[in-house]
Amino acid sequence: MPKDQGLMSWKDVVLGMYIVEPGNSVKFKTGDWKSHRPVLDKEKCIKCAQCYILCPEPAYYEDSEGYFICNLEYCKGCGICAAICPKGAITMVLEEA
Amino acid sequence: MRPEWAKFKPVNIKELPKEDWIAPGHRGCQGCGTVLPIKLALKVLGPNTIAVSSTGCMEIITSPFPFTSWRIPWIHVAFENAATVASGIEAALKALKRKGKISKKENINVVVFAGDGATYDIGLQFLSGALERGHRLIYFCLDNEAYMNTGVQRSGGTPIFAHTTTSPAGKVIHGKVGWKKNLDGIVIAHSIPYFATANPIFFADFMNKVKKASLVDGPSFFHVYSTCPTGWGAKSEDTVKLCKLATETRIFPLFEVIDGRYYILNRKIDKPKPVEEYLKIQRRFRHLKPEEIELFQNRINEEYERIVKLCEVFAPPKGE
Repeated sequence: MPKDQGLMSWKDVVLGMYIVEPGNSVKFKTGDWKSHRPVLDKEKCIKCAQCYILCPEPAYYEDSEGYFICNLEYCKGCGICAAICPKGAITMVLEEA
Repeated sequence: MRPEWAKFKPVNIKELPKEDWIAPGHRGCQGCGTVLPIKLALKVLGPNTIAVSSTGCMEIITSPFPFTSWRIPWIHVAFENAATVASGIEAALKALKRKGKISKKENINVVVFAGDGATYDIGLQFLSGALERGHRLIYFCLDNEAYMNTGVQRSGGTPIFAHTTTSPAGKVIHGKVGWKKNLDGIVIAHSIPYFATANPIFFADFMNKVKKASLVDGPSFFHVYSTCPTGWGAKSEDTVKLCKLATETRIFPLFEVIDGRYYILNRKIDKPKPVEEYLKIQRRFRHLKPEEIELFQNRINEEYERIVKLCEVFAPPKGE
């Protein structure tokens, strides 16, 4: 349960316990799971989109310049993007408190 | 080969839709290789899709109560009957089209995402029934080689010598006894229109196969290789390495079978890497002795050669 919502009362529950809002797990930020975060070196990036396609989260999105940027609110720090990057443009950096 | 594929065009990776039909914020482990095929498949199939899940990791992580990660209609009933539920949905869609409640031109995909436990063991007879009745559905078996959701128990899909909590590696017995079940053979024996094995690391190949399956008028089945860093005792970033090695060591060959008759090999591995390379990065295989690795290697080579031979003998007719 996200902190800003607090616990849900039974009066708020839809009849039949249905979840009526599709994809509402975006409210659950999984970013605080990670110990390492990906850092992109834009000079090495060739915009091949492999990190974007193979991110299991999916946390990557395309920005206006065509680079693929990781949304750190959802990134769990698995390191797949750094492992797949053909140019070594993504490095995993230790998350500091 | 099949008349439906006359207008088939390969997927253009650059022109894929920006939307993902599975939302971030799901509870999958770091480096989960099983969400990945779902994400890629839904990218190709688009929003006109109804998904059915059997019980398993993919059901648990995407739907902890007040949240859902699905942006498409999704249903989960019981462990075993995902294929049957999908058959019902497909039959209902047919009836609605006949009665004119929805347009006859509407192309709605019905997909099943089931784990290996739900396909190899618990849901096998339901799967067989659905394939035999010939419903138009796409069944994805996300094979992570054990019951990962309940804490790594052995399943019919667990390879030999793998350590799981119900087949622990001890002094006398080294992990699971017995080979992995040949599910591919069982499914192909139903003579379904389309069968394929897929590995998400070769994403273009995987997406093209999904597109082919969505055009087919009848059941199609995918055996998808999916890694599980938690259950296999591998590093999360090794998902990439494991996926690549699985195909390069011939453990998971990529092939398609059309109408249960024509075999196509997608990726021929002439110079395979030794199986040891694949085994040593997983903790579940750390107790293996050299002679056991050799036994494993021989079996893998035999299986691969069998498939290559099938692809040679039952090649599709030329000119089509």
